Amino acid sequence: MANNTHQESKNLVGWIDARFPLSSTLKAHVTEYYAPKNFNFWYFFGALATLILVIQILTGIFLTMNYKPEASLAFASVEYIMRDVSWGRLIRYMHSTGASMFFVVIYLHMFRGLMYGSYKTPRELIWLFGVGIFLVLMGEAFFGYLLPWGQMSYWGAQVIINLFTSIPFIGPDISLWLRGDYTVSDATLNRFFAFHVIALPLVLLGLVVAHLIALHEVGSNNPDGVEIKKNKDPKTHIPLDGIPFHPYYTIKDLMGVSVFLLVFSAIIFFAPEMGGYFLEANNFIPADPLKTPAHIAPVWYFTPYYSILRAVPPILNSQFPGVAAMGLSVVSFAFLPWLDRSPVKSIRYRGNLYKKWLAAFVVSFLILGYLGTEPSNVWGQFSVNTPLFGGADRATVVARIFSVVYFSFFAFMPWYTKRDKTKPVPERVTG
Amino acid sequence: MKTKILLLLALLVPLMAVANEGIKLDHAPIDPNNQASLQRGAKTFVNYCLNCHSAAYMRYNRLQDIGLTDEQIKSNLMFAGEKVGDTMTVAMQKTEAKAWFGVTPPDLSVEARARGADWIYSYLRSFYRDDTRPTGWNNLVYEKVAMPHVLWTLQGEQVLKVDEKTETHRLVLNKPGIQTPAEYDQTIADLVNYLVFMAEPYKERDKHLGLLVLAFLGLLFVLSYYLKKEFWKDIH
Repeated sequence: MANNTHQESKNLVGWIDARFPLSSTLKAHVTEYYAPKNFNFWYFFGALATLILVIQILTGIFLTMNYKPEASLAFASVEYIMRDVSWGRLIRYMHSTGASMFFVVIYLHMFRGLMYGSYKTPRELIWLFGVGIFLVLMGEAFFGYLLPWGQMSYWGAQVIINLFTSIPFIGPDISLWLRGDYTVSDATLNRFFAFHVIALPLVLLGLVVAHLIALHEVGSNNPDGVEIKKNKDPKTHIPLDGIPFHPYYTIKDLMGVSVFLLVFSAIIFFAPEMGGYFLEANNFIPADPLKTPAHIAPVWYFTPYYSILRAVPPILNSQFPGVAAMGLSVVSFAFLPWLDRSPVKSIRYRGNLYKKWLAAFVVSFLILGYLGTEPSNVWGQFSVNTPLFGGADRATVVARIFSVVYFSFFAFMPWYTKRDKTKPVPERVTG
Repeated sequence: MKTKILLLLALLVPLMAVANEGIKLDHAPIDPNNQASLQRGAKTFVNYCLNCHSAAYMRYNRLQDIGLTDEQIKSNLMFAGEKVGDTMTVAMQKTEAKAWFGVTPPDLSVEARARGADWIYSYLRSFYRDDTRPTGWNNLVYEKVAMPHVLWTLQGEQVLKVDEKTETHRLVLNKPGIQTPAEYDQTIADLVNYLVFMAEPYKERDKHLGLLVLAFLGLLFVLSYYLKKEFWKDIH
């Protein structure tokens, strides 16, 4: 950098470098950012999440040009986009599919973190910023889902805002304050629009930048959980197991991006509703405050937490324990760096105990997710003579069991990770 | 606040208490690429449905996509002096409709996406005579529906036969209509085909574009795969 500043007049880059750290920034974050050479399949999802963020922002800008955040016009303006705006239908499907795919990618990205211990020292802050991104993303999805102003938009928002009512003492006032009205109405739609298109995207971008700055400060983890910075070339000080992000990972990610876009486009063109999981059928009926749909289910990416909410029985006539459990189920991820006391990072060198717990957690997450999309009587009831569960909804009992497993994964982590028999970790990364 | 908490509780226990539970829907035999069927469906739609129901997001000239010219649309499918670029609205006021039927007939632009083709196909074939209803009609798929059997001249009159022994019920044609049952089923299939088209007019056309996009991305994948291989040759 010192050299560059003196070569001001030589060329345009030199001219810019004298005034702005262009070359040095590119070097630090791209061409001379050394990433471990052993990234596998699971390491595509960070780049893919960034890609989806860009897709959501770009398509969102074009949707905003034609969308009307007004209760009597919103539904019609979405159909206007679908029918009369040039390519509007594809832009809208990119945005709606993008929302679901964002969660697919983020969940896989988080699972990668769980497998390879990416949240452990020195990456706690990366993980915390990531949890922040996840929370904001959930808010973003929730606010955005109201905008088409269909029946599911309306009643989904109604249910979620009503959750706050169960908070002792201040609950009812909080939900009134959030809604801006006594029911979900035009006032609610307007403020949700503001949150969705400007407030949360700003926070999201800030957190993503912080996530990346923290990552590039400490360097990437890898499937072996080995710190590549411990083994540097004595002369060049480049990690022996590191390769420059560009061109190696930019090109590899290009390959990942093309596979992702194949899946993404297939959904957009051939199955944008994804069997009712990405776009719910009820949302093609305009919002009607006087007609509650028979079955209100959130979009699939919220269903594990929704299942937990339904599974917790009311205590003293209050739904608050369920709401608190749902909140905790999402926030629990933030505590992982301090719950995990294993001396190794990667699942490759952990013992069976952690593997079994992680598997149990994944199974719980999936089953809770499935049950959340269905009404709680989906599997019928236990016969009245069944001991303990007589007459109870089977699905509710199953959801309760797996909610316990879900929380146990976090609650017992300090003990089972400590007790687990770990294998020796190699000095250098393997293959 | 108590009512709100009650509402909350009610919402937290979703009930599958829909009217048509237990009714097996018939599969709608529709083909989005059959233009003759779509055109027949459009004809039935504008003649029988588009008097109470609107399709306020559908423009008449979108019917070009099912193989009609503007002239054909104007002379065969438009009756009230609209322009061909107008949307399919109706003259009936919502408040009047509510007073007459007890409920405003829903706009049908995207009804096929909300209900599904099989539901509509079954519903329109399941009306039966029921003198206890204000319209004189009831429906097996949608019990106590406010809509009368608009197509009864075509289908005729069905009645509900209940078998006490097996506790089953079925519909029997009591008075034949203009069409035979097979012809009527075809009329409804065409109509449903049209409703599905109207809910997403560009869908079939976009599928061709989709194939091109997938082909392009497939090529991009192949190229990026070999590019990656070439770049990574020296990494072990």
